Amino acid sequence: MEITGSINMIGYALATLGPAIGVAWIFASVINGTARQPEARSAMLSTAFIGFAVVEALAIIGIALAFVL
Amino acid sequence: MGPLTLPTLVGALVPLAGEGHTYQTPGVRDFRYFCQAREAGELGPNDPGNVAGCTFGVDWLNKPFWQAVIGAALVIVLWWLAARKLSLVPGRGQFFWEYVYSFVRNGIARDILGPEYRRYLPYLLGLFSFLLVNNWFGEFFLFMLPTFSNIGYAWILAIMSFVIYIGAGIRTHGVGGYLRRSLIPEGVPVYLWPIIIPLEFLSNFITRPLTLALRLFANMFAGHLVVMVFVVGGAFLLTYPGNAFYNISGAVSILFSFAILFLELFIGLLQAYIFTVLTAQYIHSSVAESH
Repeated sequence: MEITGSINMIGYALATLGPAIGVAWIFASVINGTARQPEARSAMLSTAFIGFAVVEALAIIGIALAFVL
Repeated sequence: MGPLTLPTLVGALVPLAGEGHTYQTPGVRDFRYFCQAREAGELGPNDPGNVAGCTFGVDWLNKPFWQAVIGAALVIVLWWLAARKLSLVPGRGQFFWEYVYSFVRNGIARDILGPEYRRYLPYLLGLFSFLLVNNWFGEFFLFMLPTFSNIGYAWILAIMSFVIYIGAGIRTHGVGGYLRRSLIPEGVPVYLWPIIIPLEFLSNFITRPLTLALRLFANMFAGHLVVMVFVVGGAFLLTYPGNAFYNISGAVSILFSFAILFLELFIGLLQAYIFTVLTAQYIHSSVAESH
């Protein structure tokens, strides 16, 4: 059996671990915060989405490099 | 035609696993719409990407282009229809459109930009609706391709947001004031400037537009690719002759692709929201008094 493809994708799979943990942490904190103070949910969510976008940038750069390099 | 079994029936409907047709993994090639194969051997003569890839014999008048045009027209017409007959007591239709409008106005523009949000509201609302419509084209019949899975369209939107947030900063603080505010955070001692200024330049003027475009593109592209893997692979397994296990897993895979399509609907909404929120955030950071 012959497997072809780019080994970059394995590297990218490893690279997604960091952003995945980061994004998970952000939303875990939102859930925690909502449980403690439900009325602050909307304020926390909009901040969380900005943080999510910033953390996700790492995964985005990763996928770009996986295709480019 | 042989005995009418499920695989032959599906095989007649989905011309995929015919004789001599081997399984081809979906890839970047499936997102290309050229008039003819560009590199030798890249597209076979019967490749779907090679048929009706463009209109009027022009390479860039292709499917994503028409989708972008239709999307823009749709946004204009829908908002025009929604704003045509407004009444003090909203009906059901007006209630829906007001909900969408106030989601962008209150949830994104006013929350982030503060009292001066009105100047940037038309752009944000147009951006949000255009992104949403184009992302959801990936799940709708007749289209079945998110426009922004073609990176050029994502670049243009990112460049537009880039120009607008830089223009907003220059308009508020002047060129020198804006550059000083965006390159030197307050309270940084002078001996750190050689490190901070390149970093801030990289972050404000290069990484921001780059990640705006790439985030949108990568999410749309990867999501559509996942759907394609499940559908194409599922159809191949479903029509595989003489192996019931393959056929059953193919059916499961095709059913699972529906779940992914629903996830894609959510991702399309999320990406439209994030792009708009980040644009508003960048505008805010360039017009803000203190950085």
